[in-house]
Amino acid sequence: MLEIKNLSARIGDKEILRGVNLIVPDGEIHAIMGPNGAGKSTLSYVLSGREGYEVTGGEAIYNGQDILALTPEARAAAGMFLAFQYPVELPGVGNANFLRTALNAVRRARGEAELDAVAFLKLARAALKNLSMQDDMLKRNVNVGFSGGEKKRNEVLQMALLRPGLAILDETDSGLDIDALKIVAEGVNALRSPVFSALVITHYQRLLDYIVPDRVHVLAAGKIVRSGGPELALELEARGYAGLEVA
Amino acid sequence: MSATVETRDTVEALSVEKYKYGFTTEIAMEEFPKGLNEEIVRLISAKKGEPDWLLAWRLKAFALWQKLEEPHWARVEHPPIAYDELYYYAAPAAPAPKSLEEVDPALLNMYEKLGIPLNERAALAGVAVDAVFDSVSVATTFRETLAKSGVIFCPISEAVREHPELVRKYLGSVVPYGDNYFAALNSAVFSDGSFVYIPKGVRCPMELSTYFRINARNTGQFERTLIIAEEGASVSYLEGCTAPMRDENQLHAAVVELVAMDDAKIKYSTVQNWYPGDAQGKGGIYNFVTKRGACRGKNSKISWTQVETGSAITWKYPSCILQGDGSVGEFYSVAMTHNHQQADTGTKMIHIGKNTTSTIISKGISAGHSNNTYRGLVKIMPNASGARNYTQCDSLLIGDQCGAHTVPYIESRNASAKVEHEATTSKIAEDQLFYCRSRGLSEEDAVGLIVNGFCKDVLKELPMEFAVEAQKLLAVSLEGSVG
Repeated sequence: MLEIKNLSARIGDKEILRGVNLIVPDGEIHAIMGPNGAGKSTLSYVLSGREGYEVTGGEAIYNGQDILALTPEARAAAGMFLAFQYPVELPGVGNANFLRTALNAVRRARGEAELDAVAFLKLARAALKNLSMQDDMLKRNVNVGFSGGEKKRNEVLQMALLRPGLAILDETDSGLDIDALKIVAEGVNALRSPVFSALVITHYQRLLDYIVPDRVHVLAAGKIVRSGGPELALELEARGYAGLEVA
Repeated sequence: MSATVETRDTVEALSVEKYKYGFTTEIAMEEFPKGLNEEIVRLISAKKGEPDWLLAWRLKAFALWQKLEEPHWARVEHPPIAYDELYYYAAPAAPAPKSLEEVDPALLNMYEKLGIPLNERAALAGVAVDAVFDSVSVATTFRETLAKSGVIFCPISEAVREHPELVRKYLGSVVPYGDNYFAALNSAVFSDGSFVYIPKGVRCPMELSTYFRINARNTGQFERTLIIAEEGASVSYLEGCTAPMRDENQLHAAVVELVAMDDAKIKYSTVQNWYPGDAQGKGGIYNFVTKRGACRGKNSKISWTQVETGSAITWKYPSCILQGDGSVGEFYSVAMTHNHQQADTGTKMIHIGKNTTSTIISKGISAGHSNNTYRGLVKIMPNASGARNYTQCDSLLIGDQCGAHTVPYIESRNASAKVEHEATTSKIAEDQLFYCRSRGLSEEDAVGLIVNGFCKDVLKELPMEFAVEAQKLLAVSLEGSVG
């Protein structure tokens, strides 16, 4: 379970999060929607430990552990995963090598045996097949020369292999055509289980047609200003975010 | 960025004593008196039982060296070298072993420890090794196997005795004794090194390798390597180097000469891991080396690949003289500097023949307080119609206390020549590190992965057995650089 209590954070002098409160129980998928500049991406970066964001107050507890004190790699080992809005290119680094290194780092941290190249390839090929992706995805360099859709699919592939307990998807739908959107959504839905939860950050309701959330929260000016069921997303789509800050 | 601050803090926080080859070996040594004079040159020559022509050559080189001045055009700084305080010859005191069985077990153990088993049964399959310890070759493996195909692979001191006509014909023919200060010094006092001869039409059946080890204190190592590939012959050769950790700087001034005749191919790979000095820049090897290959025959090819991670100072420019029409020169280089290391390295491609081509791929990585310079010359002579060169120089900076410099010279005297040069300088981006770390990689593993990716175009040129080793070496050499 993820429990965010009164979380405040800033970049430089700029206050971005101003007391976020949120609980995501295991087995649930929560959506966070909100206007540009509301702090959606900041929330995902603060939760995954990116440098440059200063936490000024509050806590984030995942499975009983205060994650804000952990390095990004320790958060990954604890079961957290951030699907990036803009996946980063790593020139010269093969995707298979990257995935195996990451998977083994996480397995090592969890006290599981590392996978050799053969066992890894078997696992990776099965995951590719489930996600309707080509095998050549593994041979290419990490995100180099990938289309926007391929980059997002690569994030979902990583998520499928790392099997996180908590996934944070930061506007994973941006720049995706409808087919790619479905593949990404299927990737998330396939992980649904009583021990998996997700925080889906999105700007549009469209993604939520495919990943149906248990709860929808509206983040505006650094605070959760409304929460509700899936119908809230539809309402936002119809009326926009105007006036929410005072709600 | 805060990543840089953390990088610097990490560098300073860690005392970097990760050099795992820094041990010394206790063995009875024979050393000539320290200092350099004509008498020492004569002693070395006599010790080797050399013919008069070679002694005369050494003495000419020594006389010239005394008149020359140390070069200071490279972007490296060091206190004056006390040439008179050095020992110019050090060798195990026991008589030279005639076979592997006679090699001192202490030496065999040392090479074992370095990961170079000299016992042929335990040796890396398909690789013949010449092991050079301080001033002499102590063992050469697989000589009989090689002899069956006519390949000569032996210490150069032995080649002088057994194959004088070959040595006399080629020694100094690519790097004359007066080429430069350190080449002159080497010509006067070289004591051993490897000799390789591949006869016409023979493809050398194994990888050849020389492993250089400096052990003795205050001793310079001046090895000389000579490789000749006759018409249609081909060979792949690899050298590795290590030295104990010592507070004094030690001098290593080698000369390597390659000769490729018609359609011959020589691939020369180096994994240089001399002791780099400590985190404060104390100690380490001065690696002042002259390496040059002559593509004498038409359609011949010489390819240099180097991974340079060690040495306090590296000063070397493996070069190709592309004399034969259609000949090909290649230079693939990874030079990594950390702490207070300095590297000034690159290549010269001299296009003389028609339709000659050269490729230069240089990857420089600087961390800590180090300085890393690429210096290269591409020269197209008037008769080199249709000559082509492609140069790519990329520099990667880790932290904000280090430097990367690129000094390319291009001289074209033929209007039909095509010369391309591309250069980039980048830092490991904070978002790349964060991306890797959010997938569970430690900061050091992330840097290792990114650096290895950066060097991939060069590492893939190494013989497969050594590519993995080189990747590990890069990762180890980076420990504490940022993580």
